[in-house]
Amino acid sequence: MNRARALTNRLRRELFATPLDGLITVVLLIGLVSGLKALLHWSLTQADWAVIQANSTLLAVGRYPLNQQWRLWLLTALLSGAAGISWGLLRGAGWPRSDRLAAAVLLVLGLVLPAGLGLAAPLQQRWWWLTALLLVGRWAAGRWGCELPPRWRRLLPLTWPVLYLSGLGLIGGGLGLMTVRPSQWGGLLLTLTEASFAIVVCCPLGIALALGRCSELPLLRWCSTLYIEFIRGAPLITLLFLGQNILGFLLPGGLAPDRVWRAAWILTFFAAAYVAEAVRAGLAALPRGQWEAARSLGLNMVQTLQHVVLPQALRAALPAIVGQFITLLQDTTLLSLIGLLDLLGVARAVMANPEFLGRNAEVYLVLAILFWCCCAALGVGSRSLERHLNRQVLRSQP
Amino acid sequence: MARRQRYLNTLAGLCGLALVGCANDEDTLQSQKLALIKGRGELICGVQGTLPGFSSVERDGTYVGFDVDICRAVAAAMLGDPDKVQYRDLNPSERFAALASGEVDLLSRNTTYTLSRDAAGGNGLSFAPVVFFDGQGLMVPRASGISNIKGLSGKPICVETGTTSELNLADRMRALQAPYTPLKFQTSDQTYAAYLQGRCAAVTTDRSQLAAKRTGLPNPDDHVLLPDVISKEPLAPATVNADPLWSDAVRWTIYALMQAEELGITQANVEAKVAEARANPNLADLRRFLGVEGDFGKQLGLSPDFVVKALRAVGNYGEIFERNVGSGSLLRLERGLNRSWKAGGLIYAPPFR
Amino acid sequence: MHTPWWRNRRLLPLLVQATVGLVVLVTIAYLLGNLVRNLSAAGLLLSWRWLNLPAGFDISESLLPFNAELPYWRALLAGLVNTVRVVLIALVGATLLGTAVGTAAFSSNGLLRRLSRTYVELIRNVPLLLQLLFWYFVVFLSLPDGSAAIQLPWVVLAKSGLHLGSPQLVNGVWQGSLRITLEFAALLTGLIIHSGAFIAEVVRGGVAAVPPGQWEAARSLGLHAGQTLSRIVLPQALRVIVPALNSQYISLAKNSSLAVACGYSDLYSVAETTLNQTGRSVEVVLILLGTYLAMDLVISGLMNRLNRLVQIQER
Repeated sequence: MNRARALTNRLRRELFATPLDGLITVVLLIGLVSGLKALLHWSLTQADWAVIQANSTLLAVGRYPLNQQWRLWLLTALLSGAAGISWGLLRGAGWPRSDRLAAAVLLVLGLVLPAGLGLAAPLQQRWWWLTALLLVGRWAAGRWGCELPPRWRRLLPLTWPVLYLSGLGLIGGGLGLMTVRPSQWGGLLLTLTEASFAIVVCCPLGIALALGRCSELPLLRWCSTLYIEFIRGAPLITLLFLGQNILGFLLPGGLAPDRVWRAAWILTFFAAAYVAEAVRAGLAALPRGQWEAARSLGLNMVQTLQHVVLPQALRAALPAIVGQFITLLQDTTLLSLIGLLDLLGVARAVMANPEFLGRNAEVYLVLAILFWCCCAALGVGSRSLERHLNRQVLRSQP
Repeated sequence: MARRQRYLNTLAGLCGLALVGCANDEDTLQSQKLALIKGRGELICGVQGTLPGFSSVERDGTYVGFDVDICRAVAAAMLGDPDKVQYRDLNPSERFAALASGEVDLLSRNTTYTLSRDAAGGNGLSFAPVVFFDGQGLMVPRASGISNIKGLSGKPICVETGTTSELNLADRMRALQAPYTPLKFQTSDQTYAAYLQGRCAAVTTDRSQLAAKRTGLPNPDDHVLLPDVISKEPLAPATVNADPLWSDAVRWTIYALMQAEELGITQANVEAKVAEARANPNLADLRRFLGVEGDFGKQLGLSPDFVVKALRAVGNYGEIFERNVGSGSLLRLERGLNRSWKAGGLIYAPPFR
Repeated sequence: MHTPWWRNRRLLPLLVQATVGLVVLVTIAYLLGNLVRNLSAAGLLLSWRWLNLPAGFDISESLLPFNAELPYWRALLAGLVNTVRVVLIALVGATLLGTAVGTAAFSSNGLLRRLSRTYVELIRNVPLLLQLLFWYFVVFLSLPDGSAAIQLPWVVLAKSGLHLGSPQLVNGVWQGSLRITLEFAALLTGLIIHSGAFIAEVVRGGVAAVPPGQWEAARSLGLHAGQTLSRIVLPQALRVIVPALNSQYISLAKNSSLAVACGYSDLYSVAETTLNQTGRSVEVVLILLGTYLAMDLVISGLMNRLNRLVQIQER
């Protein structure tokens, strides 16, 4: 009874505090309800989702050879296993509320989404197995992870780079596996490969540039500044265009990398300038005393950077850097403008197929949801990492 | 922020300096394309990629079509294996840069042979023989009731950017003194999407392409090709100007396909013809053509039997035409101008001598 | 005491700089050398004479009169004017939208506050290119035509474009008013809605940075919410907002190059066509980079002035 009254009170305060507020609320509500109703009506009666069902493989991996796709499944399995284990080791045996929530979301996604998309039964089962692998990994690592010797646990952060490199190997082939050329990668696979490559490589580059720009040596400062401002003054599309059309002229014949890698490098160099600016802001936020204190302790330049300056600057810059990663992930859509078959490129090819003409809305909606989920996940991840780091700092202070 | 402004100003100045800095040096590059391709063991061929009949991708990921068969013939002649080709899908807007920068070895992408594209002062390409004589046409919805190009006056027309089509359209409409709005898109996908959604009254490109695209539309009969042919469109494969040896190899491989049709050599009977030529020393023409005697292959930097290899892979010109765009295909194009000169067409190979 | 050379505080910086300078110089020289060699091999050595040749292609819409007989530089100029037009209108639109949405985050109405957050989160996490394609191919291209067109007061939405004013339907064609093409409308809508979300975040951050005491003081002076916002809070928030707006405006100007996806003839799109018809890739890319850099400079310059105006004048 009391709760109901509290609720009405709160609603009144929030929505109908003044007559004007009331009017705004009513207008917004009418707009919202009619909009949602129209969307629901469209998606249930008018939309034809066959375009997604029939092309799900194409959207996911592009023209990756059918008989080699087991490699991608293996990679996904490895990734979900490693993700589960890392999750478990980080959080221990307990299942706090956020973990239970995340697990529930994963379970629902893993069970419902493949069926909802109307995937073939064997494919559905594979997704179930993958979800199961992730959750079992989380449970097992949480249960027994703390009993592992610390030396083993210290190896954990190493698994990710190793996994990343072997993942690239699995995708591209070589060492006895059939080579699958980058021109055959496509769809979400290409988008994620390009984005992850650029994210991994642009970080060290960006940090180096930021240090260069803050350096006391004029030449370093000038070179870094010139580079950063040049990149920031140019639209990404012109740089990609430059990469596709002029890079061949800048290198001796035949030395220029494949188009896909060329675009990946351009994305990397582009993002590095913005990451550098984020890191520079982090460096600027650092009190001057930190440098002096480190120096007076007798640390040399490298030690100062490694133990004192960078950890603090990077922590301060983390939100901005992750924001840059999110932009980078979104920027991969520009690859479709230079003729690469990334997720958007494949989608546009699909929509050109006469069978699916005029199904633009469905395809764009699905793409938007996919991107939204990836970007939002990155954002949530960054915020929780930030909280985690801040807690650590608080704990380490007396 | 004021500091940033200063940096930017300097940057702008330096860009200007860079422009002045790289405007001389007359050193030329002897690019050995043939050696490069042989070393790589693979020909990189630029194609359109989404044009049924000319170049498109099957469900299993293999490329098929008229333009693709030209690539396969060249790869077979050079490397002995028609499958040693890597295909690159290229937009009209990126094709010449891709060729010029060496990203593709051969452009086989229904490209119109024009003076400015051929000239060293223009795009600086080197064109192989014309493999398809075409003309630019216009497609309109049947329901619009437009019957000729004058009916398009004052209307928007969809066209792919970076093509001769957009130039011809501008010329023709200017000659007719008809105002119009060109709506330009980067890819044929977008162009046809805008046309089908009714944004433009017509879409224009080569007639063979229009015919190919029309067969793929949901109701082909709802669209008609106007009778006007607004330009000559001789489509030819192209290589860079800088490497005559490589251009010659491509040129004569294509002539060989045409010559083979003239001589009645097909994919099916090529082995028999070789045996016949070997057995009969009096058939000097045939022996030279098939590489049983003489050194034509060597003069081009290819193997002596390059003609046989190409024919074995794709058949002669007539077979390529019929299989991909002619009676054996969905497009059912007439051979028309693309008949052999002996049948009243324009397909003519200079003597293999 | 003798220090080894690698500990020498004066020599070391010089050495490091010399090495870096050498590496940078050698790399640049190597790349430029290759460029010149490859370009001359392809017969495409840098030259700007082609700019005076007739373009031969038409442009779908242009503020400057343009036809196929005019030279390439006129085509590029027409493209630039189109870019500037869309950027200017989008700047104003996005600023208004962003300010409205950003201040809505401080409304007393809970629904409005949440909607403002939802809008920002929704738009910021979806790629702009996707949004532009959505606006053009899904929304604007499915407008009805002729008499079925959507008629609102002062504007008619039809497939032939957005007709402002009071157009008449003559023979199934809307005539006699200002017409905005669908391509322009789609690009403008996409840019305004996308940048609006980012500017809203900037405005929200700026308003949040104003100490709460200012709100309370204004209220105790008897100002109502609207007055408080416009007279007290926003002027103070501007000191935080303006520097951050600078980078948003610059990215808006750069994002306008995505016009090529929805068929609008902006600078990039005309440059791409020019490159194709001339084969002058290096020159065209240099023109593009230079022009966008110049636009960046102009926007930064203007924003610097504005920034000086809004900062606290200390006496």
